[in-house]
Amino acid sequence: MTAPALFPGGGGADDQQQPPPPRRSRTGYLLLLPGTLWLLLFFMVPLVTLVSTSLYDPAGTLETGYQLTFAFGNYVDAIDDYATEFTRSLLYGGLATLFALLLGYPLAYAIAFRAGRWKYVMLLLVIAPFFTSFLIRTLSWKMLLADQGVIVEVLRFLHILGDDGRLLATAPAVVLGLTYNFLPFMVLPLYASLDKIDVRLIEAAGDLYASPPQAFRRVTLPLSMPGVVAGTLLTFIPAAGDYINVELLGTPQQTMIGNRIQSLFGAGSYPAAAALSVTLMLLILAMVMLYIRRAGTDELL
Amino acid sequence: MSAGVDEQEQANPGVQRGPGNDLRLVSLSKQFGAFTAVNDLTLTVPAGSFFALLGPSGCGKTTTLRMVAGLEAPTAGDIFLGDQDVTRLRPYKRPVNTVFQNYALFPHLSVAENVAFGLKRRGRKKVDAEVARLLDLVELGDRGRRRPQELSGGQQQRVALARALINEPEVLLLDEPLGALDLKLRRQMQIELKRIQTEVGLTFVHVTHDQEEAMTMADTVAVMNAGVIEQMGPPGELYDNPATTFVANFLGQSNLVAGHVTRMRDDLVEVDVEGTTVLASRTRSHADGGAVWVGVRPEKVFLDSSGQTRDHGINVVRAGRICDVSYTGVSTQYLVRMPWGQELTVFEQNTGARELFRVGACVDLGWRAEHTFVLDAAQDAHAGVEYEDLGT
Repeated sequence: MTAPALFPGGGGADDQQQPPPPRRSRTGYLLLLPGTLWLLLFFMVPLVTLVSTSLYDPAGTLETGYQLTFAFGNYVDAIDDYATEFTRSLLYGGLATLFALLLGYPLAYAIAFRAGRWKYVMLLLVIAPFFTSFLIRTLSWKMLLADQGVIVEVLRFLHILGDDGRLLATAPAVVLGLTYNFLPFMVLPLYASLDKIDVRLIEAAGDLYASPPQAFRRVTLPLSMPGVVAGTLLTFIPAAGDYINVELLGTPQQTMIGNRIQSLFGAGSYPAAAALSVTLMLLILAMVMLYIRRAGTDELL
Repeated sequence: MSAGVDEQEQANPGVQRGPGNDLRLVSLSKQFGAFTAVNDLTLTVPAGSFFALLGPSGCGKTTTLRMVAGLEAPTAGDIFLGDQDVTRLRPYKRPVNTVFQNYALFPHLSVAENVAFGLKRRGRKKVDAEVARLLDLVELGDRGRRRPQELSGGQQQRVALARALINEPEVLLLDEPLGALDLKLRRQMQIELKRIQTEVGLTFVHVTHDQEEAMTMADTVAVMNAGVIEQMGPPGELYDNPATTFVANFLGQSNLVAGHVTRMRDDLVEVDVEGTTVLASRTRSHADGGAVWVGVRPEKVFLDSSGQTRDHGINVVRAGRICDVSYTGVSTQYLVRMPWGQELTVFEQNTGARELFRVGACVDLGWRAEHTFVLDAAQDAHAGVEYEDLGT
């Protein structure tokens, strides 16, 4: 198993090879066909359904059926009613992304530059948690963070937590769960772009009077930006939309937008749930566009 | 090309800008595990000189360079710049800059930002004028805003040079800087590099495996082999008076014929070669007597049809038979099979003074005593031969 196979996205920089010479044949279109069909079936159709559902008459129920009345009011209601959850989702997602970056960058750096022959073992360890289900791993955190658990006991002993302080069912537990669950999505693209950096460039920086911190700031970090951008996006997008971590590690006080969407769909309020979904999607899309523009890595899009 | 170079420097080429410190390596060694890359190397590079370290790949020349740059820590020995011991100094604290083999230009920075990198790291705020001056020096004044990858190989090479030169290092290290260029561009850049060195007057240490490159550019060439310096001196001296078979073969080509010393005269050595007495000057004899290799460069040999008489003072070996003729335009290369079975090489200028010899023609080979060199027979006569083609 090689590194690129672990993470096919690879930071996206390899895709900039010179385009093949244009060939006037149908082969290209034939090769595009499976992908196009896939996108149509699993992206376009659900998207159109979702958007149209969000515009159904909110008075509809499973029994009476739903009518497409272009009820744009659904969106106004969704944002009015769930502004707190939106904010909280972005906050938790943002925090989880930040922590994942702070943990993941040194790890990816170590794997790329310092691991030597342990490189692939370490990479395997990064993805090893995926061999267990997402749910089971989050449930294990529930046990670890439990009030009678070792972690809480130790923190209480050290007076970091008060005598009745707890971790489970708090916002930090939710952020911790999100960070943990999406960390590999941060590490792998970071590793892919750090690994591609020619060490001789870092040597050259040292030769040109850059101290190690300066060489990192002026050469290594800018060259790893595609990985940073890809990693933060891959972490932030699913983390902001997540609802499992709140479900298992939090309480209704930590409810994120994902939980609302899930419960609304469960309750049959399809138009409201769809309107929330579309709003979340647009919100994230807008933030991503802005972020990529600011980070100056347009190649990713 | 005078734009951007101030008048003073032009009027006084070779002027030393820095404090002008010699680079001294003392008993320097580097081992990688069981492999000795550099073995007890001692050498002095005078300030302001153009010094070439010449040798085949794996001879330790790049390792030596990296130790001077601080990118590799020596196993033993010391490096001095003037009186300052820089052996343990971190690379970013050494007044030394490198032009890397692959240039190592920063792909995320523009050409001008690449050139400004060193000055900025040392806290200089106003760098634009200096950057423009250096880009003019390497004739890339209009390319400052481009990215390095948009430039050709030769242009990238010049950016790397400007990026190092702008810091006015005490020693500029060049690690096979022309290796990636095609032959024509390489020749052009050799002249360019030599010109720039004369203009800025800095000490250049140039590592190369191309003997022609080393000889064209450097004031002093050190031929390195298996971690040690075989011989060091001005190019002409190394070429005319090689001290080892490796130098004789690696630097150009040589005919080496087995012989033994029969008499030592005041200024001449008499050597018996297959029954013929050959004379060599004492200054070019690097053997104490006994069995030796007698050497002569192919272009120093005259060919004549068999039986012609010769002036005194010219060595003659007779009864060779031409077995190959290669016409190369400027010259003709003959392979001559000697009666004892060895094939010798002779280059003759195509002056048109006489007709070419044909394959099978019977010839005598003659050359002057002062063009003969004598080497210790304990050495391998083919040392350095196999690398010869790498350079061209």
